[in-house]
Amino acid sequence: MNSLDNTTDEVLRLAAEHFKVERDQLAPDDDFFKKLGINSLQALDLLTRIEQHFQIELPDYELQGVTDFRTLAQRIQSRL
Amino acid sequence: MLDLRQYNSLGEALCAALDRWPDEICLIEADRERENARLTYRQFKEQALPLASRLQKAGLQDGTRAAIIMTNQSKWLISAHAIFFCGGVLVPLDYKLTAAEQLQLLAHSRAEFLIIEHHLWRALTQAEQFKNLAVRTVLVTEAPPSADLAGAHRWEHFRAEAEPTFIPRKRNDPACIVYSSGTGGRPKGCVLAHENYLEQCVALTSLYPFWPGVRYLSILPTNHAIDFMVGFIGPFTCGATVVHLRTLRPEFIREAFTKYKITYMALVPTILKNLERGLRQRFAELPSGKRKILNALIATNRALTRRRPHLKISRALLPQVHQAFGGQLRALFVGGAFTEPETLQFFYDLGIPVANGYGCTEAGTTITVNDLKPFRSDTVGKPLPGMEVKIANPGAEGIGEVTVRSRTLMSHYLDDPEMTAETIVDGWLMTGDLGRLDPSGHLQLLGRKKNMIVTEEGKNIYPEDVETCFAGLAVKEFCVFAANYLWPTRTLVGEQLVLVLHPESAQEIDEALLQDVAERNRRLLNYKRISGYLAWDGDFPRTASLKIKRVELAEQIRQKRGRSAVVPL
Repeated sequence: MNSLDNTTDEVLRLAAEHFKVERDQLAPDDDFFKKLGINSLQALDLLTRIEQHFQIELPDYELQGVTDFRTLAQRIQSRL
Repeated sequence: MLDLRQYNSLGEALCAALDRWPDEICLIEADRERENARLTYRQFKEQALPLASRLQKAGLQDGTRAAIIMTNQSKWLISAHAIFFCGGVLVPLDYKLTAAEQLQLLAHSRAEFLIIEHHLWRALTQAEQFKNLAVRTVLVTEAPPSADLAGAHRWEHFRAEAEPTFIPRKRNDPACIVYSSGTGGRPKGCVLAHENYLEQCVALTSLYPFWPGVRYLSILPTNHAIDFMVGFIGPFTCGATVVHLRTLRPEFIREAFTKYKITYMALVPTILKNLERGLRQRFAELPSGKRKILNALIATNRALTRRRPHLKISRALLPQVHQAFGGQLRALFVGGAFTEPETLQFFYDLGIPVANGYGCTEAGTTITVNDLKPFRSDTVGKPLPGMEVKIANPGAEGIGEVTVRSRTLMSHYLDDPEMTAETIVDGWLMTGDLGRLDPSGHLQLLGRKKNMIVTEEGKNIYPEDVETCFAGLAVKEFCVFAANYLWPTRTLVGEQLVLVLHPESAQEIDEALLQDVAERNRRLLNYKRISGYLAWDGDFPRTASLKIKRVELAEQIRQKRGRSAVVPL
């Protein structure tokens, strides 16, 4: 497993934990707004959880236009 | 505050404000725990004038259009003042749009200058349409030292020492071109004059005054009409302070209330509901004894504030709730979309007045606002002073289209006389919203006449704009409608878009087609997506120039199909 896969996997785990859903219900290409039924503010909440986990700082704009876990993981990966 | 009737332009009023309160803090910019900037009115002027001088040297003069694409921060307001100082016309664009959409609006506005944050500029330069960008001078803020700026200048270095010349403007000269919508379809660039803003500011501050010491927390995008007025022009012309946050994470917003002792904040229903959810959760976690006491105190507060707010009483009765909001909060302004009465009442019962309002960019921001005398959660308030509101062609229950006449109305849509003529009729703005005025003069909104939706985040979405994303879809023809336009309801929450598909005669709506629809839908920003499709087997009625006759098609659909025929995506 390369590190992007690891990051994607971690993002999926954190999202499942944060929004209280089963991990195996989420897939990398899922649209998280639709799948989790969340709005943009709730998505920002997840970003905070992700920052704490990876110990990085992600400006809000990194999430702009991102709707799936894989792209989100790529954005995180570029800052690791 | 300044007597705005004495001034002819925003630039003139802002100059007077900068000289009137030199030692007051006008701006605080916070980023998480850090504070990026804290400027007095004097320091603001010291930053804005050298920029204005350099802009003049670069050719920015009266009537030149200059766009800003930035998140909420001090450089936004400094740049805007520099543009007004030079007599320029400000084009505030939404930083949340895609690069392609921003490029489209830059082209439509014919902006000659652009001031933009580095990450947004990078996205623009990578877009396919970038090669067509006709802006002649670009200033980029906060670019890393080694960044390739693709011909742009660094905002931080774009300064000239020579004293700039203030360029006066007349009250009816355009101040801003504000896009209320129109990406992909037909851009709606509202041309607003200096007078529109000055009059609106007088009206709003007569109900909700600012003064030196007031701190306004600015989290709605400054390009949006609400924040531009209550997060810039309003506080600045009264010597108050604007607090910018570089992040909208709920925990930092909560922290800002206490850290900066916020007086006012404007928000959209989504954020208000988010705050409500957090508070309800905290209340639910209280031990049952404490919860009972809290409920009793809330009931007491409700009884004591029935006629009007009593901040002192509410703060004494519910100190912990008020401390969580910094202890100085006087009101939350909520607008941009419809807010459910239960949410408004929840906050009011805690002693936090929510000034629910209604407006649109075309009307120069706010049309009505709750004056809290008494608080009403079931209406969007009374017309602001100077705002005439009339219900056109009211039915038996007094419901009709809300129309508005005022000195705050835009003059026209940029380069679109046809749409202007449809929107402003004999001096009255046809809002496209349905409502009625109750005997006490409060406006109740009850639906929409126009084919559009407004999301909980305050985004206006026009079906025509969304249609471009489905261009080339393998069907005979298609069309997007607001569901509530096809099947009118008396609600303004949970509005959705529907894709009407008319397949070829022998064609089935199969899995491959639906997959294509879903794939294209995903490419749209999440709040612009369609939520379902409707299969339709008749030819769309069209004009001689082959444009879809939407009113007629909607009528046909309404007669033959119900809302239940929509298949969710």
